[in-house]
Amino acid sequence: MTSVLDRPLDLAPQVSVRPERFGALLYHFGTRRLSFLKDRRLLDVLEHLDGSPTARAACDSAGVGEAALPAFERALERLVETEMLQERRP
Amino acid sequence: MSVATPLVEHFGAGLDAPICLTWELTYACNLDCRHCLSSSGRRDPRELSTAEAKALIDEFEAMQVFYVNIGGGEPTIRGDFWEIVDYAVAHHVGVKFSTNGSRITATAARRIAGSDYLDVQISLDGATPEVNDAVRGEGTFATAVGAMEHLAAAGVRGFKLSVVCTRHNLPQIDALKALADRYGAQLRLTRLRPSGRGADVWGELHPTADQQQMLYRWLLAHGEEVLTGDSFFHLAGYGQPLPGLNLCGAGRVVCLIDPVGDVYACPFAIHDSFLAGNVRDAGGFEHVWRHSDLFGSLREPQAAGACGSCSEYDGCRGGCMAAKFFTGLPLAGPDPECVKGHGVTALAAVEPGSVPRPSADHSRVTFLRRRGDRACEEHPLAGSELAPAAST
Repeated sequence: MTSVLDRPLDLAPQVSVRPERFGALLYHFGTRRLSFLKDRRLLDVLEHLDGSPTARAACDSAGVGEAALPAFERALERLVETEMLQERRP
Repeated sequence: MSVATPLVEHFGAGLDAPICLTWELTYACNLDCRHCLSSSGRRDPRELSTAEAKALIDEFEAMQVFYVNIGGGEPTIRGDFWEIVDYAVAHHVGVKFSTNGSRITATAARRIAGSDYLDVQISLDGATPEVNDAVRGEGTFATAVGAMEHLAAAGVRGFKLSVVCTRHNLPQIDALKALADRYGAQLRLTRLRPSGRGADVWGELHPTADQQQMLYRWLLAHGEEVLTGDSFFHLAGYGQPLPGLNLCGAGRVVCLIDPVGDVYACPFAIHDSFLAGNVRDAGGFEHVWRHSDLFGSLREPQAAGACGSCSEYDGCRGGCMAAKFFTGLPLAGPDPECVKGHGVTALAAVEPGSVPRPSADHSRVTFLRRRGDRACEEHPLAGSELAPAAST
């Protein structure tokens, strides 16, 4: 299976993002789930998704180094599972 | 990546805006529930106007409050109820509203089905008319079930069946779950607080110690499929925490705005001791949330008092502030329903007549008392933590 990093991702349209001192809060109005991002760099990655051909490119633009990539991959996978992120439709 | 401060500590120290808040639109209610935590019944002439309600929604939008839990009273009684709801949704503020179901017609149900930003909680306090109607009033079981039928028929999935746990309905817990399942609803169980008229019936209706233990095991077994609004964090004293943040969010991540615009720390604490300000004051809600002395003090580390030496304190954090206050217990000390039994001992030492009364009572004065509703609120901090890594 392709890594989530190699897919073009977008924030789901029903998701609202609120930056916080500790990272960010995400709320999905459809699933009514709240998620916590405990790292500001993950928020940076989300902000770079729009306009990046893949999630990996968004990580790169947000300055995520090679060593940290697996951790961001897991976090992005979890966000896809919980429908906070979705594959960009062409 | 550095090891992050636990989220609970961030939340305990308060956020710049609530995650969600409870907003009671009116004290008017067509019911007269025995345990109504806001002592509702009659409308208050000072209630916020439509224009004031909309201005408040503008503030929520600017602060990025994700959603509001609208209650009352019975909020749908307001003639501008749908106007307020539509305005909130149009301004990206989600709405969950609590209702006794009396106005959830087929038309209203279709309207609810049409929006992701709109969620509804039907209040019901028993799986049979006998148990429910004894608390909420005659005919209220049938009314709530009728509302659920309309919602299910309109295709609304995952609306909430909201139950305040009592000594009489806890033996029906599986039947309540089955009832929610039958209509495609999600069961939401909350704790009975001695707030509002609830103070008068708490001694009679609050669960027994054995029932609390059963409830704890039941909640652990059902995990996230049942909602609790973090209501039962005092049960963490049994060992394992329940799903949710296990945190008192009062004045830190949640609060209550009452029908006249008063801002309280939580929906269960309608008393001057927990009044932070009013949305009509200069600076509005945002100023109250960010700068009130009361909320400032709640965001400081709290004294454990008599609980400081208890092995379970890290789990239960001393329990519910409102439950202590309205049973006459000191805030730094055990919850009246402390699972170690310390609350029972503490309650025995409370001087009769020293227990604080709610600051306002909007109950209808009538010889036909003891019917009733007030929808019961909320602290829905369920969610998952997302950390790219615990450490580098």
